[in-house]
Amino acid sequence: MSHAPLLDIKNVTQKFGGVVAVDDLTLHVNEGEVFALVGPNGAGKSTVFNLISRFYTPANGSISFNGEQLLDLVPDRIPSLGIARTFQNIELFEQATVLQNLLVGRHRHRATNVLSELFFLPSVRREERRHRHAVEQVIDFLDLQPYRDKMIAGLPYGVRKVVELGRALATEPKLLLLDEPASGLSVEETQDMAFWIEDIQKQMGITVLMVEHDMGLVSAVSNRVMALADGKELATGTPQEVQSHPAVIEAYLGTSGIQKGGQQAEKSSAAKSAPKPAKTAAKKASAKKAVPKKAAAKKPAAKKPAARKQATRKPASARKGAKS
Amino acid sequence: MDFIQLIVSGLASGCVYGLIALGFVLIYKATEAVNFAQGDFMMIGAFICLGLTNQDFWGLNFWLAVPIAIVIMAVLGYLFDWGVLRFMFGQSQVSIVILTIAVGFILRFAAGTIWSHEPVSLETPFAGRDISLGGVVLGFDEIAIIIVTLLLTLALFIFFSRTKLGMAMQASSQNQLAAYYMGIPVKRIQSLVWALSGAVAAVAGILFASKGAIDPSAGLLGIKAFAAAAIGGFGSLPGALVGGLIIGLVEPLSARYGAPGFSQIAPYGILILVLVFRPGGLFSQTQKKKV
Amino acid sequence: MRFVFKTTYDADINLFKHKTQMGYYFALFAAVLALPLYFVWTGNPYLLGEITAVLIFAIVGMGLMLLTGQTGLASLGHAAFMALGCYSNILLLNAGVPWLIAFPLAGLIAGVVGTVIALPVLRLHGVYLALATLALSIIAGDIIVLLEAYTGGVSGIAVPDISIFGYEINKYANPYAFYYVVLAVVFIIALLYRNLLRAPTGRSFSAIRDSEISAQAMGINPTRTKAKSFFLSCVAAGLAGSLFGHSATYITHETFDLVMSITLLLMIVIGGLGFIHGAFLGAVVVGLIPVLIANGRSLLATTFGININIPGLESAMFAAILMGFILFEPMGLYGRWLKVRTYFELFPFYRKDMFRRQKSYLKTERVQ
Repeated sequence: MSHAPLLDIKNVTQKFGGVVAVDDLTLHVNEGEVFALVGPNGAGKSTVFNLISRFYTPANGSISFNGEQLLDLVPDRIPSLGIARTFQNIELFEQATVLQNLLVGRHRHRATNVLSELFFLPSVRREERRHRHAVEQVIDFLDLQPYRDKMIAGLPYGVRKVVELGRALATEPKLLLLDEPASGLSVEETQDMAFWIEDIQKQMGITVLMVEHDMGLVSAVSNRVMALADGKELATGTPQEVQSHPAVIEAYLGTSGIQKGGQQAEKSSAAKSAPKPAKTAAKKASAKKAVPKKAAAKKPAAKKPAARKQATRKPASARKGAKS
Repeated sequence: MDFIQLIVSGLASGCVYGLIALGFVLIYKATEAVNFAQGDFMMIGAFICLGLTNQDFWGLNFWLAVPIAIVIMAVLGYLFDWGVLRFMFGQSQVSIVILTIAVGFILRFAAGTIWSHEPVSLETPFAGRDISLGGVVLGFDEIAIIIVTLLLTLALFIFFSRTKLGMAMQASSQNQLAAYYMGIPVKRIQSLVWALSGAVAAVAGILFASKGAIDPSAGLLGIKAFAAAAIGGFGSLPGALVGGLIIGLVEPLSARYGAPGFSQIAPYGILILVLVFRPGGLFSQTQKKKV
Repeated sequence: MRFVFKTTYDADINLFKHKTQMGYYFALFAAVLALPLYFVWTGNPYLLGEITAVLIFAIVGMGLMLLTGQTGLASLGHAAFMALGCYSNILLLNAGVPWLIAFPLAGLIAGVVGTVIALPVLRLHGVYLALATLALSIIAGDIIVLLEAYTGGVSGIAVPDISIFGYEINKYANPYAFYYVVLAVVFIIALLYRNLLRAPTGRSFSAIRDSEISAQAMGINPTRTKAKSFFLSCVAAGLAGSLFGHSATYITHETFDLVMSITLLLMIVIGGLGFIHGAFLGAVVVGLIPVLIANGRSLLATTFGININIPGLESAMFAAILMGFILFEPMGLYGRWLKVRTYFELFPFYRKDMFRRQKSYLKTERVQ
């Protein structure tokens, strides 16, 4: 870790009206690691993602990626640097097939222009084959074969989550931003997700920055964790270090047992999708559980080798069973 | 003196545009639907009042006809949301735009068939009377329009800030789901917003018809009101009124001082200038989706 | 149901899914090529003129479909862009430019001018585009009158004949040649449309339609993509406008009015938003409705002695049909056909909700 970090966020502040969502935050993500952001709702985790994606412009501070200043760029230039992301409330192209969604992920690699596409010159066909080949790799990796030609509009939630991950992978990123990859997934699906994240890091060599509430998943896959509350850093370190950090325990449980975390920033987003309040409550509960009982949080990690074999053998059918 | 009269008449027609725009923005804020038939709602409101009060038709007392017309329009607005738009639930905004345009055409046809295809003017107690203030002769109708608009704006302001229903409307316009969780019947509130905007359209129509003649194609005036709403910044109620006033003033002034035919295009010229230099409108609000 | 066994990626890239489908379309193509023979045989080419008119509407329909069906933007001013193309074509022809150059140039002019007009609003929400184009189609007539020196204003202007290498084509003098000219344009535009849809640009259009924010996160520039779609759409409108001019032979400031813009929208909604076939089906219906209304009228008048002559009835009926489709068959005629076909293919396993759209509580595009 002697070279410069891949992603370097320095003293970034983002305000919404009077609410400070991210407060003078500094963090860096090294190449090749899985870095997780945890924290109560409204801690500013998703805001960090939206700052990196340039949907928001911070009041001050700097964000650099691979030596490039992100704040000088518009949102649609970010993917071309090699940053891909998923969204908290899945944002897929509903009226298109899985295959088409993944092919849109190849947009930054396109080498044809409208004119050649209108006449479908041989070069366009060559390019299409190339993109399709790349997308098929992703489909193989995520076991999406049964859904290749299905419309997104008819797919269950768990599959959509995977398609979104696939679309991000199809861009061949250097850095992958995962916004709550396991939210709303079943236990089996979450396990699959954990294996995929590990493979993404180890086999594909992609750096991962993720926001996640499921401490089981976080401690299973991440090298470093940062806990946020009220837009500020509470603690950074290995999952174990962060979970046992007094400030983190206090932020989750509060000194008097009352949750202190600011709910201001995500108030409106929480209300946007129906199941969410219930979901986040459950998440909070699971997070609370995870903090005091370290052993419980570690369990998936310990179980992994055995579970892994099983899951890789027939993950698609396992997922299907869980859904229907 | 001439100039002042021009300004006053501009303000008066600006008030009408502003009121149509207001109805339009009300619906947009509350339901995110865009009612391209708002101008035709205005026209229908005017015709209903006209049909009730004019001697050629029912010949009711004007002061009785006005509230009846407003109530009828409110009911029509409510029924439209309840009977038609609820079936559109979950469809794209483009479909709603197309639907309301179609509704506009049907309303125009209905008004022409029921009442008249020719311009008719509303018989009001203050038609044709003037007030002379220090050498400036102002039409009674124009003064009435400005006063009524001011009163209506005030009433709406009080309604939204003081009454429970008004606050429920505001809440559900800001966040439908949160409002729903707080026990606000969002769907009914939306229908009520349509009712309210129907009532506002009726007032605008009555004012418009009292100032001059009205014919079924007057609904196309709605376009100028949309321009007004866009100038004001689409989601802003005061913006809609200010936008209306701007358009109302630009029109007679450009007719007087500009090239012939220019006054038709001038309002849209202003619109384009605003959109180029202040894309969100003069009273812009942040319009970005949260992810 | 047919199962296609795909062995190469090309199976998904090719224009036709399988040999039989290709056969159907070739048969269709042969049929439309041979169609004039029938009219030569009957000796009355009136109906061929109507079919030509339908094809012209299908051209602008495809343009509008690209914008509304594929990119999710509504334009209420496509008649104005047709006018732009039509007048450009006339002025170029009158200036002595050969038709083979003037015609595509007219399309380009419509595309460029249209995009320049729309550019300020393309950065904003789609409603602004609907608004701006609606305003445009209302003032288009005024602008044409203002530019009387070039456009002939209220008194109108005659449209010169098509001339290809000295061969004069006039709708009345040689309807068959005119039909083939229009057919060639239809064929080329349909092919280009299909090509675009299976290439990255077509996918970026639907990405913009379905989720602008995630399209951005995939590196698609929304404004530029919308502008591309609008440009192509206006080019098609301009070309159709030029052909419409040749077909009408004389145009005034009232030829391309708001009702026409709405009719165009009606056409693609009836046909089925998002399907290229929808543009053609819609054009056929829009071409048929006035004929049906006229026939119905004369039937009522001759058999029952009832004379219905209510002004505005036609556009009100158009509007009512439009409403009916949006409320009860949002996928249009082509969607209905797909449902029927699926019903028979899957018989007896068709489920009623197979094509139902997912209803979200509120698909919002704004942030409070």
